[in-house]
Amino acid sequence: MNVGILALQGAFAEHAAMLDRIGADHFEIRRKKDLSRHFDALILPGGESTVMGKLLRELELYDPLLAMIKGGMPVFGTCAGLLLLADEIEGGERCFGVMDINVRRNAYGRQLGSFYTESDFDTAGTVPMEFIRAPYIKSTGPRARALACVDGHIVAARQENMLVTSFHPELTESTVVHEYFLDMI
Amino acid sequence: MEKTRYELNKALAEMLKGGVIMDVTTPEQAKIAEDAGACAVMALERIPADIRAAGGVSRMSDPEMIRGIQDAVSIPVMAKCRIGHFVEAQILEAIDIDYIDESEVLSPADDVYHIDKTKFKVPFVCGARDLGEALRRIAEGASMIRTKGEPGTGDIIQAVRHMRAMNAEIRRIVNIGDDELFEAAKQLGVPLDLLCYVHENGRLPVVNFAAGGVATPADAALMMQLGAEGVFVGSGIFKSGDPSKRASAIVKAVTNYTDAGMLAELSSGLGEAMVGINEDEIALLMADRGR
Repeated sequence: MNVGILALQGAFAEHAAMLDRIGADHFEIRRKKDLSRHFDALILPGGESTVMGKLLRELELYDPLLAMIKGGMPVFGTCAGLLLLADEIEGGERCFGVMDINVRRNAYGRQLGSFYTESDFDTAGTVPMEFIRAPYIKSTGPRARALACVDGHIVAARQENMLVTSFHPELTESTVVHEYFLDMI
Repeated sequence: MEKTRYELNKALAEMLKGGVIMDVTTPEQAKIAEDAGACAVMALERIPADIRAAGGVSRMSDPEMIRGIQDAVSIPVMAKCRIGHFVEAQILEAIDIDYIDESEVLSPADDVYHIDKTKFKVPFVCGARDLGEALRRIAEGASMIRTKGEPGTGDIIQAVRHMRAMNAEIRRIVNIGDDELFEAAKQLGVPLDLLCYVHENGRLPVVNFAAGGVATPADAALMMQLGAEGVFVGSGIFKSGDPSKRASAIVKAVTNYTDAGMLAELSSGLGEAMVGINEDEIALLMADRGR
C-alpha cells in the first residue's frame, strides 16, 4: 500500500511520520510528474487552504486529483484538507467541492482560539484533538456522516471514500484516526 | 496528555511550513500577497528597506493599520514589536494577532533583555544568527525561529551565513558525546534540556524559517535547499517591478525548491528585482541587535 501526501505547503511531514509509525509506505506530491507513481490513497494535510488551492491549479494537479477522488480513491483531509474537499465554505473558496458538507473556515477565530481537547471518534473511542485556527462542519448533507462532535459542532465526517477532520491527528501521539483511514483502503 | 498553549503555538508554525510569509504595509498589499499564495502576512508600516532608508526610531505599527490588514485577509496575520518591548507585545496580543515577531528590524527597546515570551498566550517568532541565539530565544518562549539575515538589503549572503552557521553547530552538537553536552551548553549560553533535544533530534525544537535578504525565487529555493522550512520575504516583493508575479513565483519556488527546470521557468520574465545593497555598503547591521 502506498499513500500520496499532498506536499505543496503545510504539515505534510507530520502525516508521513504518522504513516511511518503504522507501517504504510508514502511519498510526496509536489508537481504533476509525481502523479505518475502508483498510489492507493491520498492525504490532504493541514496548512493554508488558500495556498494549496492556488498551487493545485497552477501546478496542474487539480484535474487529475479530482478525477482520482471522484473515481473512488480513499482521501483523508485534515483542517485545510477538509476545506479542499468541502462543497460549501463560509469564509473561503470552494476547491474540489466533492464532499457533501457545509463548513465554516477559521471557525474558532485566530490563533488565540486554537485549543486542545479529547473526544469520541466514531466507534474508535476517545482520541486527542488539536485544533489550530480550525474550521468546523456546520452541517452534513445526506451522503456524509458525522464521526465526531466537539461543543455541538461536527469536527469529523465521512462520505464513501472521503474522510475529513477539522483537527490534526497527525500532531498527536494517537494513530487511531490514521489507522481508521487505512482501513478504508 | 494535555497540550499546552506553547505546543499549540508551535503547531501553528508547523502549518506555515513550506510557505512564504510576506511583509505588507496596506490592506491592498495584503490582498495581493494572499492571492499570490502567501501562507501568512507580516503587517508593518514600512518595509525594512524603507526603515533602513528613513533611519530614526522604528516602532510597532499602529494597531488600526494592523486591524485593517486582519480584516482584508483570511490567512494568519503577524506583526512586529521591538526587542524587549513587552508592552508592544501586550498590545499586539490584545488585538488578537496570530504571531508576534520580536524583531531586530525595529529599533530595540532593551539592549539586555528580550521579552519573557512564556508570559504570553500569543506565539512569538524571533530571529537568530546561530544555534546559541536560537536556543536562547526558544528558552524565552519563542515557538518559531527565523534566520536574521540582513533585512531590507535584497542581499542573501547573511541569511546564508546564518543558516549555515546554525546547521554546522547542529551537526557538531549531534556528534559530541553525551558527557560533553554540559560544557557545550555552558559555552553556547543555552539551557541543557534544549541542547539535549538538538543532540538527539538533529534539529531545532521549533520550526525554522529563512529571512532577511530573499529577493528572487532562486534565493528562496537556495534557503530551502540549505534546510529552511519556509521563507519570509520582506522588501523583496513590494520593492520589485511586478510584486504579484514575483510573489507568486517565490511561492512556487518554495514548494518545488529542488526542481531546477521549474525554477528556471519561475525566474523568467519577472521584471526588475529590488535594487539591493551589498553588505559592505550598509551602515547599520540589524542582525547585531539582540543576541
